[in-house]
Amino acid sequence: MRRTTGRTAKWGLLTAAVFVVMVVPLLNMYAPQGSFLRISDFSINLYGKYLCYAILAISVDMLWGYTGLLSLGQALFFALGGYMMGMHLMRMIGDLGQYHQPIPDFLVFLGWHNLPMFWRPFGSFPFALLMVFVMPGSLALAFGFLAFRSRIRGVYFAILTQALTYAACLLFFRNSLLMGGNNGFTDFKFLLGRDLRAPATQRLLYIATALALVLTFAGCQWLTRTKFGLVQQAIRDREDRVLFSGYAAAYYKLFVFVVCALIAAVGGMLYVPQVGIINPSEMSPEKSLEAVVWVAVGGRGTLIGPVLGAIGVNALKSWTTRAFPDMWLLILGTLFVLVTVLMPKGLVGLPGQLRALRRRFGPKLTPAPLPPPEPQEQFVKTK
Amino acid sequence: MKFVRILVVELLLSWHSCALAAEGTPTHGSNESSVRHELAQAILSQGRQQQTLLTELADSGSKVASDVLNAWTRDGVYLYSAPDGSKIPVLLEEAQDAEGKSRALRVDTGQYLQGPGGKDLRFDQSELTTADTDMRLRSAIQQTLDSLELAAVDPASRWSAAMKLGNSQKPRYIPTLEARLGKEKDRSVRKALREGVALLQLGNTDLQVQITAVRQLEQLKAIGSLDNLRAVLAKPGCPPQLAVATKQAIHSIDEHIRWVNFFGTIFHGLSLGSVLLVVALGLAITFGLMGIINMAHGEMIAVGAYACYVVQNLFGTGFGFSITLPFSFAGRALSFGMHLPGLNATGALYESYFLFALPLSFISAALAGLFIERTVIRFLYRRPLESLLATWGISLVMQQCFRMVFGANNVQVNSPLWLLGHFSVNDVSFGYNRVFVIGFAAVIVVATWLLLTRTPLGLLIRAVMQNRAMASCLGVRTSRINMLTFAFGSGLAGLAGAFLSQIGNVGPSLGQTYIVDSFMTVVLGGVGSIAGTVWSALGIGTSDQVLQQTTGSPVTGKIVVLVAIIVFLQWKPGGLFSTRGRTLD
Repeated sequence: MRRTTGRTAKWGLLTAAVFVVMVVPLLNMYAPQGSFLRISDFSINLYGKYLCYAILAISVDMLWGYTGLLSLGQALFFALGGYMMGMHLMRMIGDLGQYHQPIPDFLVFLGWHNLPMFWRPFGSFPFALLMVFVMPGSLALAFGFLAFRSRIRGVYFAILTQALTYAACLLFFRNSLLMGGNNGFTDFKFLLGRDLRAPATQRLLYIATALALVLTFAGCQWLTRTKFGLVQQAIRDREDRVLFSGYAAAYYKLFVFVVCALIAAVGGMLYVPQVGIINPSEMSPEKSLEAVVWVAVGGRGTLIGPVLGAIGVNALKSWTTRAFPDMWLLILGTLFVLVTVLMPKGLVGLPGQLRALRRRFGPKLTPAPLPPPEPQEQFVKTK
Repeated sequence: MKFVRILVVELLLSWHSCALAAEGTPTHGSNESSVRHELAQAILSQGRQQQTLLTELADSGSKVASDVLNAWTRDGVYLYSAPDGSKIPVLLEEAQDAEGKSRALRVDTGQYLQGPGGKDLRFDQSELTTADTDMRLRSAIQQTLDSLELAAVDPASRWSAAMKLGNSQKPRYIPTLEARLGKEKDRSVRKALREGVALLQLGNTDLQVQITAVRQLEQLKAIGSLDNLRAVLAKPGCPPQLAVATKQAIHSIDEHIRWVNFFGTIFHGLSLGSVLLVVALGLAITFGLMGIINMAHGEMIAVGAYACYVVQNLFGTGFGFSITLPFSFAGRALSFGMHLPGLNATGALYESYFLFALPLSFISAALAGLFIERTVIRFLYRRPLESLLATWGISLVMQQCFRMVFGANNVQVNSPLWLLGHFSVNDVSFGYNRVFVIGFAAVIVVATWLLLTRTPLGLLIRAVMQNRAMASCLGVRTSRINMLTFAFGSGLAGLAGAFLSQIGNVGPSLGQTYIVDSFMTVVLGGVGSIAGTVWSALGIGTSDQVLQQTTGSPVTGKIVVLVAIIVFLQWKPGGLFSTRGRTLD
């Protein structure tokens, strides 16, 4: 029985992957204008954004749902990845900016005549790509090493990551960092020699994002099923027992933390060329919290949950901000409270919850079972 | 000219109230009518008698005298020839009637000039002769005006008059200043007078006088004279003796400035730390003792601040709002609102609004906390990480509610008059509002400590926080204690909001600015320790200000503090005052 559900799930996931990676772009390209199958250029751009958020959500979930580390710093890594990509895109504008200078506009505005040293290598795409991994990775490594070494965890880890994000956000708001200040980077023109605004480029970016999401998903799926993944989940459930069994829990956590930072950075890297702007508000603590909401709504501790949550909440956001602009925060806030209190397992756990409710209140077809495994449930809940 | 007339007339009319105020001061009990009489005489008399009268006026310190004299130098005083042949000095009112004529105010009585039938007489400017002045008279009047300013009732205006004359570069004021110095009793004004004299003497040609002046300035640690001293040094051909004395003076004044800035920064830091302390104290209770991560704590601050705003408006013109929802029900737009009439209070009653606002801000935030605890948080005591998420949701909802009720912009909360102003000790100025905040924070800390350690309720609170299950077994109604504790913590945040409304802006996202800081404060202090919270709040507040001063940018200071805290926790993971336990956590 269990094997068959596993197989259905596998096939379902595969179909979904094929649909997202191939069918959506094809519908964008070939479906006739006006038909209900047609996906407009605007929509495909929007979906691309959602998929970037889904990648970010997976990184949050790998930490929170699988390792028990609530990180409020994932938006920081996401934005850092985006900034590294943004630097390359800024270089690619060339002298087509407002001031027609070979250096980015905001530098001209700040009174620079030559490119600062650290901007120079970003003219090369491979270097920028490398930096997308190096910068967030090394920051995560340094912070994680310090945090896990002194056994900071749980609530404290959340607060400290939030403080780190806040500090970075303040730093990036400064003009003297030479990273665009509060305006950030925008007005991108070219990527790898292609016009960034052309529908074809956006479609390719969408495909790249979808592929990245599928690969991330598959990679995380694989990782959580290895022995490593077991230790990871054991740390989530009883860290002291893992320690006493001789595992260096700190290094396991550090590894997961760095991997998740890299995943978030990839999301950010793909996000920037599709949205066309990156500024420090992307790394504000609220953005991290928002990503946590997606995971909570979707269902943590599963991999499909965060993806569903990210896409679902953002679709809801797009709709409400258009239909009732004033109400968006109310809806998000209320949704969040309700989900946390009533649906601790999120959307993914909803069928299970409904089944349990039906068992409790619905018609009793079978004689009631002997004492239900209450204590065990209690045990699971307290985690 | 017009301006002078407006000023004079207004002052003449409002003289009664001023005179009442002035009578309170011992040195200047001169009453209005005698000043007016002398003024009228001075205008009408000539030569030596005029000089004597002017000198007598100089010591009156009267505002009326200075205004009339000012008008006189600008040809704003007119002479009216009465039917009996006598002349009456008058001022013309600004408001003109249809024919361009205006009423005349008698200088000697402050009443309108009236005709035989008791009717106010009206004049055109050309109908009256102006009270003439010549060069010598004008300079005499000017001198009288200067002395008048120096003799003003209010020490602050005496002080600024002394500074003005001191910086005038005109040595002829030296006798005026010295004469005043003989009579002056106020310490700060005496200092200003000495400084003024020394500054004027700097321009003297005699080397010995100059050196004495420099020494005097050094002794007075006159910050304002720094530029003048530098100018002395920069002058070509400055004698070496003078140069040495000046350099020494500049050095010692610079040193003084450094100390003044240092203490000023410490004071600002302490006041910031006190606000942080009250915010963090609430958080130390909800987070430190209860383990609930209340992200809506910042919104509790905003509730307190807005409560102040509402109370202020209720004492003023009233408070109202209306909200229209973007949905419609049965074809009608859903909207609701209310309007509370105000007391339209003025004066002392209005100024006292803050005293009513303080308890109300506590109560309203506590009620909001109570509501949240009952509806959401009590389901999450076993899931602290999830309490973070749910309360964040609450904070979003509350922020949006603030926007809908109070508008998205900052609202204006006026400080009551008794919190405005400052006093200075040795050039370091202390704002009353900040002193108030520091003092009140101390009171709150002591009260909280007493509540937790000396009352039965405090005992129950500590018991529940230490071991909820055991306390429950012993018959403590834990759910009620939780409710009360959470409400108390929220109420403290509300009080902090009331303070913040006095020293900062009040807007929907007020809480957001403090939430990260206050969490860091609690973590740094050691979760669950009130003493730790006190020290870390004052430490963070002060170092934040000091770093802002030294790095010259508010943001860098904050970043450095945040990073320093992260590094500090490496060394002491439990915070400053960690509670020792046997558990692995």
